[in-house]
Amino acid sequence: MSLLAVERLSVAFPGQVAVRDASFAIEAGETLALVGESGCGKSVTAFSVMRLLPPNARVTSGRILFEGTDLLAEPPAGMRRIRGKRISLIQQEPMTSLNPVLSIGAQIVEVLRRHEKLSRRAARARATELLDLVSIPDAHRRVDDYPHNLSGGMRQRVMIAMAVACGPKLLIADEPTTALDVTTQAQVLDLLDDLRHRLGMAVLLITHDLGVVAQWADRIAVMYAGRIVEKASIGPFFAEPLHPYSRGLLGARVDVDTDEHYLANRLSEIPGSVGSAAGEQGCPFAPRCPVAQAACRQAPPPLLELDAVDTGARAVACPVSVAQTGGRHAAAVG
Amino acid sequence: MSAPDLSNAAPPAVAALADVGNRAAPRKGRRLRAFVRNPTFVAGVAILGFFVLLALFAGVLCPGDPQDIVGAPVLWPGEDAEFPLGTDSLGRDVLGRLVYGARASLLVGISAAAIGLAIGMVVGSLAGFFGGWIDGLLTRLIELFQTTPTFLLVVVIVAIREPSLQTIALAIGLASWPTVARLVRAQFRSLRESDFVMAARSLGYSRTRIIVQEILPNALPPVIVAASVMIANAILTEAGLSFLNMRDPNVVSWGGMIGDGRDQLRTAWFLTALPGVAIAFAVLSLNLVGDGLNEILNPRSDQ
Repeated sequence: MSLLAVERLSVAFPGQVAVRDASFAIEAGETLALVGESGCGKSVTAFSVMRLLPPNARVTSGRILFEGTDLLAEPPAGMRRIRGKRISLIQQEPMTSLNPVLSIGAQIVEVLRRHEKLSRRAARARATELLDLVSIPDAHRRVDDYPHNLSGGMRQRVMIAMAVACGPKLLIADEPTTALDVTTQAQVLDLLDDLRHRLGMAVLLITHDLGVVAQWADRIAVMYAGRIVEKASIGPFFAEPLHPYSRGLLGARVDVDTDEHYLANRLSEIPGSVGSAAGEQGCPFAPRCPVAQAACRQAPPPLLELDAVDTGARAVACPVSVAQTGGRHAAAVG
Repeated sequence: MSAPDLSNAAPPAVAALADVGNRAAPRKGRRLRAFVRNPTFVAGVAILGFFVLLALFAGVLCPGDPQDIVGAPVLWPGEDAEFPLGTDSLGRDVLGRLVYGARASLLVGISAAAIGLAIGMVVGSLAGFFGGWIDGLLTRLIELFQTTPTFLLVVVIVAIREPSLQTIALAIGLASWPTVARLVRAQFRSLRESDFVMAARSLGYSRTRIIVQEILPNALPPVIVAASVMIANAILTEAGLSFLNMRDPNVVSWGGMIGDGRDQLRTAWFLTALPGVAIAFAVLSLNLVGDGLNEILNPRSDQ
């Protein structure tokens, strides 16, 4: 049984559907990267796992099974016991995610005492240990600092300390490094990866940075306009992306080794914009797709599970590219 | 050979510097210095402190009941050394009455503001945090109170019940909470969308806890500023009520003294002027404190 299994999840806002039929699973201890451009439904998916959607959003269908229980059916009090204790969230903006009027120690103590029976003194000692765990230098002295005394990277470390304080089984990291500069970014992701191994938790890493995915994730799920269009393990995905959108994303990367430069030649890009998916009957990517056929515009293609033993679970929502690579991947309609 | 010496000497000094930068104490010191450096605030606190001391030590400064007739009626200030500020039309000591009046005025001011703050913060935070129909309902309630003239509302409430200090404080508190409620509601509406509230929800905190522990402390600075002005307004309202004879006859208050002196306004104007000056200074000091707090607590004024 997977640690988290999202099954055919659909989330709608008034007037538009943010997530359509998304299914994916995370096994204990692995890092799944959920990738896509802004507005494709990555964060909405993550927030529906936490049941922290904005009040005007509705889950219209689907199940979210966490350790076998359906989170969507969990009463609010039960959900509050899960949040912060068994599923934690790290947000994008470390600068504003900490309460400015409380010391960081007090904020960690608060989490610990919310979920575990700890005396104030014991919780404070744990808080110092946690700050040490997330590599904050001089933790015993920093514990009384206020958020405004810390840099962005340090604050994100404090957020991580709070998130892992109660030993969660699943950590959802919603673009945890977008607001940080590149050197800090690597440190924070290394820290997350290290903690994942040490604490044995799974990570749902939401990002739009394929470099981050390549380095820190085990598996990837690519989202486009609210649908998951491709799921794969990291190795096979980067070796051979199947969905035309994934290919476009990988093609748009600038690689140091290939000696590309915008002065020498035009960087490759995906034509059009995600906005063209609005009102599309068929495949949402069809208007921008180089291999689109007439059939693509009729009905959205289902996610086809590929039967490939050596590559692990792999699925792609593009019959055209499956047919093209049909020799190597025997498709089984899932 | 001097290089090793230097490297030996440097670390403690560097550590000490880092120490100073990291400790909480200097930060609090900086806050305190910001208070002391603000002339408006210091002036306000000095005047207010003077009145508070008068109120606290009224019994020591002027022993005896201020309502007692102790001398000849209408003695002008300086006329009799025993009554430095003279006596009123009944021969009561004006200085003693002023000192005891500080007690009543500050007491009413502070308790009325406390009542108003309590109601206003509860209503405002509920409306701002929950939004939706709760917000709609509470906002209508706030508007209902705001459309009634404050002073009229206070007069009506005091007229219905006995005009005691408690009733007066309660009435002023009941009439003044909408301001606080609107302020707190606006703060909550913006703060509830903030990232740290989302973080708090993602950590499994209950709504009560989020309201009380996460949002409220962040919403307080403008409320603290409003509170000082509320005390000032309450003192003024109390004076107005006393002037209209809606007062506790057993308690001396500045407004009451003005009311009593009204008949002698042409012959002994000091009977009205002295308590008037006291009220003016008390209200001024509270406004100065409010302005000073506003400057100090406003994060944008942090050079």
